Amino acid sequence: MGGSPDHETGGGFMDLGTLTTAFFVAWLEEIAEQVRVHRERLTALDAAIGDADHGANLDRGFTEVLKALADSPPTAPGQVLVSAGTTLIRRVGGASGPLYGSAFRAMGNAVEPPVTQAGFAAAFEAGVVAVERLGKAAPGDKTMVDALAPASLALALAVRDGVGVREAFELAARAAEEGARATIPMQARKGRASYLGERSIGHEDPGAASSALIVACLVTVSSRR
Amino acid sequence: MVGIVLVAHSAGLAAETAALVRGIAGTGARVAAAGGTEDGGVGTSLDLIERALASVDQGDGVVLVPDLGSSVLTARLLAEPGRVVVADVPFVEGAIAAAVTAGAGAPLAAVLAAAEEARTVRKLSDS
Repeated sequence: MGGSPDHETGGGFMDLGTLTTAFFVAWLEEIAEQVRVHRERLTALDAAIGDADHGANLDRGFTEVLKALADSPPTAPGQVLVSAGTTLIRRVGGASGPLYGSAFRAMGNAVEPPVTQAGFAAAFEAGVVAVERLGKAAPGDKTMVDALAPASLALALAVRDGVGVREAFELAARAAEEGARATIPMQARKGRASYLGERSIGHEDPGAASSALIVACLVTVSSRR
Repeated sequence: MVGIVLVAHSAGLAAETAALVRGIAGTGARVAAAGGTEDGGVGTSLDLIERALASVDQGDGVVLVPDLGSSVLTARLLAEPGRVVVADVPFVEGAIAAAVTAGAGAPLAAVLAAAEEARTVRKLSDS
């Protein structure tokens, strides 16, 4: 985790082209909001092939994330992400808790202020790797990795091609959304859905759907200012 | 003595399995249950697992025996090489094998190995 606080002015999301602590807090606030809005959709997806608690679990988890951030306001991007990850691990109760929790913690441990676009892309990649390692999941298993890995690749390519931050987030969001939709014809190889075998085909993976939601929140927040 | 923590999605499953394991392994075995969420629901609680772990940890190591899914993922977050290990085993059979071996005073690696043997032990011997 980056120890030194960044020196943003007036709580802005960008400072000299880098992402501020306020940006990461706003990202988590937007995630909490969108998870609440999409709670029933996520639960409905989970009801089809899982145990119908994904929306409720994430809603509870991210609500607790905001409480923890309010209780001890972070002063660096890494602190925001590590706090969020730790809270998710402790408060979600389902598989998405340790998975998203590890992702946010790994991201938080990887970001060093000032967080450049390349720094963000590298940290996001570290988060995806954490999910893959803990869940022992690979692309094509019909999991959140199917949305997160394409998003991570899009972020890395945007850095390589010199694409601006907001457009990079848009490309990542599109890649995550397409990745989530691509889970529909897949047969699940991880989690409860894997017991369904071929009957898991034809349903969008709820973890991939929530991952796409989380990435889309980057676009919303970076479009504000 | 090596401690055993049973991590299950339900408090009842973990507690009853712990009672069964103690009944077979003997009351000397250090077995703790961490089942369900803190509010009594179905799921996994890191806090409950940590508390159970602390209650059986005598410094000789602890084997976490998860049932499946989030239990496995959460248990893996607590693993510390050589000190806290996760057993990849059938829940009941693995827990019993681990507790009997631990109760006999075996070290952590032997307890884990005994638990993992439970995976291949057939119930119908000639099948």
